[in-house]
Amino acid sequence: MSVFTGDSARGAARRSTVPVASPVPDPSVDAETDAGADAGRGGAGWPDDDHQSGEGGWRKREIRLRLLRWEARFAPYAYVAPFFVVFAAFGIFPLGYTAYLSLHDYRLGSEMTWIGWGNYEWLFGNPKFYNALWKTFTLGALSTIPQLLIALGLAHLLNYRLRARNFFRVSMLMPYATSVAASTLVFSQVFGRDNGFVNWLLSLVNIDAIDWRNGNWLAQIAISAIVMWRWTGYNALIYLAGMQSIPMELYESAAIDGAGKWKQFIHITLPGLRPTILFTIVVSTIGASQLFGEPLLFDFGNPRGGAVSQYQTIGLFMYEQGWFYFQLGKAAAVAWVMFVLILGLVLINVGLTRWRTRESR
Amino acid sequence: MTQVALAAVAAPSAGPGRRSRNRLKGAGWLTYAMLGLTAFVFLLPFYYMIVVGSRTMAEINQTPPPLTPGGNLWTNIRAALEQQNIGKAIVNSLLVSGSVTLCTVLFCTLSGFAFAKLRFRGRNALFALAIGTMLIPPSLGVVPLYKIMADLGLAGSLWSVILPTICTAFGVFFMRQYLHQALPDELLEAARVDGATTTRTFWSIVLPIARPGMAVLAMLTFMASWNDFFWPIIALNSSNPTVQVALYNLGGGYVPDQSIILAGTLVGTLPVIVVFVLLGRQIVGGIIAGAVKG
Repeated sequence: MSVFTGDSARGAARRSTVPVASPVPDPSVDAETDAGADAGRGGAGWPDDDHQSGEGGWRKREIRLRLLRWEARFAPYAYVAPFFVVFAAFGIFPLGYTAYLSLHDYRLGSEMTWIGWGNYEWLFGNPKFYNALWKTFTLGALSTIPQLLIALGLAHLLNYRLRARNFFRVSMLMPYATSVAASTLVFSQVFGRDNGFVNWLLSLVNIDAIDWRNGNWLAQIAISAIVMWRWTGYNALIYLAGMQSIPMELYESAAIDGAGKWKQFIHITLPGLRPTILFTIVVSTIGASQLFGEPLLFDFGNPRGGAVSQYQTIGLFMYEQGWFYFQLGKAAAVAWVMFVLILGLVLINVGLTRWRTRESR
Repeated sequence: MTQVALAAVAAPSAGPGRRSRNRLKGAGWLTYAMLGLTAFVFLLPFYYMIVVGSRTMAEINQTPPPLTPGGNLWTNIRAALEQQNIGKAIVNSLLVSGSVTLCTVLFCTLSGFAFAKLRFRGRNALFALAIGTMLIPPSLGVVPLYKIMADLGLAGSLWSVILPTICTAFGVFFMRQYLHQALPDELLEAARVDGATTTRTFWSIVLPIARPGMAVLAMLTFMASWNDFFWPIIALNSSNPTVQVALYNLGGGYVPDQSIILAGTLVGTLPVIVVFVLLGRQIVGGIIAGAVKG
């Protein structure tokens, strides 16, 4: 599987006294990096070197071999370096710095003052924080649970041999291609009180106009609808991918045994999908814990999350502290609490996965 | 979420572009009816965007509300362009998403190749670390990131949104999975026997084979970058916005006219919709190929 260790590269170079026809047409023109150019010359040079005799030829060859070996050893690190540089600079460093900032009173443009656990004490004594935590949870549950159930059903339907298969698939993924901002602006209109589409539909069955934006649960349902619209089709495709890897024979033999479609779904599809389902739960949990753009724009860009913060999520709360009140130290404390919460959720999910897997063995 | 969502704990069992005959038979009219209804619900908001965006405010406020497009689209779009600098926002977004996509695809193919086919000390640990980073939501580092960008003098510039995303863990993972299956070891062996260096091998052999995977990654990256919301609205301001920042200002500012807001939304969403209508099949295929399977 792995070919380019330093030693094998040297061995290969030794063996290549006879030129071997390159299996692909030689496109060395399209990329002349330093190393690439070296390699080009080296590769072409080998056969000639063998006809040379004497000290000079051998020394040249030795140097080239060393270069090759050196290159083979360090190239992999150079290849993976960009990712780790970016991650270190814009991932791990800011995260650590967030912890440091969270122990300070810090407003943008002013000096930092060390206040120890002050921000955390303020946070854990603040009812608005608990409200945001609770709303994040209820919004997460409202948007995630129905979403994944519907996605599962849709995936099952998409798994049939269908006409216009691609139309259905692409149309289900269109919302996923739409941005949070765009979809929330559309749904703001759809859920409008006076001229909204949903209220018009309800008026057809004689239900009075609903003030979606100012309700508590109603507003949360409206926001969940936006999240569901964007992500259900995507999750359905993920489930579909999982379903297609379940062997067809299982269904065939179940059908011979007289199992109906529903039984097949319960006893074959669901168990086969377990890793996929657990995975989507982890991902949706992380996504739900960071819900931000939808409630922000549903309240016209106001981070309070509704008149009485009835849909202020933890992400909005952080944004409000940092970029509304310019309390970056407090925002950093919120970010760290969020991080610990997410880590906890992921660990619970992973633990659950392990436990389930062990149980099924 | 997009970035994380496609990552998998288990390896995909087949490469992109696979044709599966593995399908249930017997889709009845009920199946079609339910799928048709869902597709209708999923597509309706796009239609509604056009309806509202092409009407006047007075028409929208009528009862019953209009259900067909009107003739006011250009006026509304022009009004939206005046309210927010959407023209500049589209150019900015093209610059940001274009450069992010180029860098991501190149860097991720390089590291994907290294993780899939090269052996080096610490490979597995580094790969596990890269996967682990997907679990860290990027929004958590925004406070210091904002400070760093301000200190670097990049606050408000497009660099502040480009730099943090030029190489993603998801991309590394995706290309690793792709090359692991698509790149035969025999080819690498042959290149080695020819005395090619690793870098030469990458340009001459790996890149041509990686191209389909790179195309899918490019589409997904472009979409994610175009739609990125949280960090851009913090890092950028309304004088130098990306499309999402402009839409945020359009919806957040005092524009009482819904038809203008939705006309602007339509303009800002159109590029992605066009890409999707043209390449939707490939994107769907890429997502299915990258998903976790049983």
